[in-house]
Amino acid sequence: MATKKICLFLPKSEMEKPVIYHLVKDYDLVINIFRAKITAEEEGYLVIDVNGTEENIEKAMEYMRDSNVILNETNRGLQRDPDKCVHCGNCLSHCPTKALHIEDQRTRKIEFKEDLCIECLACVRNCPFGACYSIF
Amino acid sequence: MKNHTVFPHSMKTYEEINKKIEARKAVVLTADEIIDYVEKKGLDAAAKEVDVVTTATFGPMCSSGCFINFGHSKPKIRMSEAWIEDVLVYTGIAAVDAYLGATQLRHNDPANMYYPGDFTYGGGHVIEELVAGKKLQLFALSYGTDEYPLRELRTYFTINDLNQVIMVNPRNCYQNYNVAINCSERPIYTYLGYLKPGMKNLTYCSAGQLSPLLNDPFYETIGIGTKVWLAGAQGHVYGEGTQHCPNVERGENGVPMEGGGTLALTANMKEMIPGYVRGVSLKGYGISLALGIGIPIPVLNPDILKRTTVWDRDIYAPVIDYSLDYPQRNSHIVCRMSYEELKKNEVIINNKVVEVSSLSSYSKALEIAEIVKDDIKKGDFLLSKPIKRLPVEQGINSLVVRKKN
Repeated sequence: MATKKICLFLPKSEMEKPVIYHLVKDYDLVINIFRAKITAEEEGYLVIDVNGTEENIEKAMEYMRDSNVILNETNRGLQRDPDKCVHCGNCLSHCPTKALHIEDQRTRKIEFKEDLCIECLACVRNCPFGACYSIF
Repeated sequence: MKNHTVFPHSMKTYEEINKKIEARKAVVLTADEIIDYVEKKGLDAAAKEVDVVTTATFGPMCSSGCFINFGHSKPKIRMSEAWIEDVLVYTGIAAVDAYLGATQLRHNDPANMYYPGDFTYGGGHVIEELVAGKKLQLFALSYGTDEYPLRELRTYFTINDLNQVIMVNPRNCYQNYNVAINCSERPIYTYLGYLKPGMKNLTYCSAGQLSPLLNDPFYETIGIGTKVWLAGAQGHVYGEGTQHCPNVERGENGVPMEGGGTLALTANMKEMIPGYVRGVSLKGYGISLALGIGIPIPVLNPDILKRTTVWDRDIYAPVIDYSLDYPQRNSHIVCRMSYEELKKNEVIINNKVVEVSSLSSYSKALEIAEIVKDDIKKGDFLLSKPIKRLPVEQGINSLVVRKKN
């Protein structure tokens, strides 16, 4: 069994498709939704964890590509611009999972461990330098 | 503290150190490196050997801004009001001179009307974009005079089009700073960030053992006229900073345990490096400007060197309740905490776990201390002897709200 975090973009043409239903029903995947913004007549975004066999996950990815669902390359709806980050450390007490953290106590640079990010967007609300942002 | 008005006795002189710098033979260490170095070599031997210790800081400094001269349009205008990218600049000086302040909001920013406001763009961001070489819009109005007939002007310019852009910051480099916490039951938004209710987090803002005035607590080498590295430009201290207050509680090492001294700095903005001049948006508070500053300390004698070996463990800051005591100017402090403790992920206050944030970038400060060190080693940055010492004995006034009679 494997878990994969993916960020889906549903163009307006695909908004009617029950994508999650198919992931569960046809590929036997367990879905955990971090964040979703799906509004009728508009574009939609979904950030999810899929859990299942590697084979089924691969097939599900194939299904989504075939149905014009765009898989975000970084698999994240939350982005961090390393050029904008000044490593002040304001995010540290706001990130609940310690995805944003300091590894080297001497240089005190802020590192971002993507796997731990649950996309709560606390960093987006709190970064004084606009280094963290959401793609939707 | 004694009322020193003279400079300390020297074992080495500024002239001697500058000669070594020019010959590219100066021994330079950062305030971070010097701690272990003196420990290993011993104070007297190290004082003979080391010529300069570089200090630095990077953080929001609200009392910053720049004087601009736009040059004259044809026909000429005597600007009575002007905006750069819709951010108001002060034009109550000569015809095409203006002062752009770091905390100025953009025209029509709703501020805290829909609390907490986002404050996405303001003076600090205009300054950042100027240094980054971006093309910006100028809009100016005037009442018109015989020799300055133009009454309205809209144009686009970059920093290269301007005659002068001189950063003039009335207060930078606070010697030490408050640690902000929220003891109330409601969330608050401050210039030290979002503070969760019930003391769940705190924010400090100092480079600690790297910070300039913590390494020269009695202003023995950093004075009026001292050359500084201001965001990449070679500038200088032009005066004591506003609210400069050396009469504060100090530790046994002489290091202030609260605000203390401040510096007024100036430098040519055309020589600045983009990454060290950054606009800051603080939700619910407003706009500021983060600056990178480096100040070299000449090792004139062993005492001066000793003070640069101060480390985070021996520098204390006051933890203050920003929901009540700070706004009400109460003197109460929650506790004092060393920067060593603050640099852990969490601290314990009143048996509660408190998560730690910082608004000062130690990483950038370290980067700057290294740059200044390299510049001095290459012979590109000479030191200057201050022309006047900063006040070492001085308090601070409060604003009294009184009736006219």
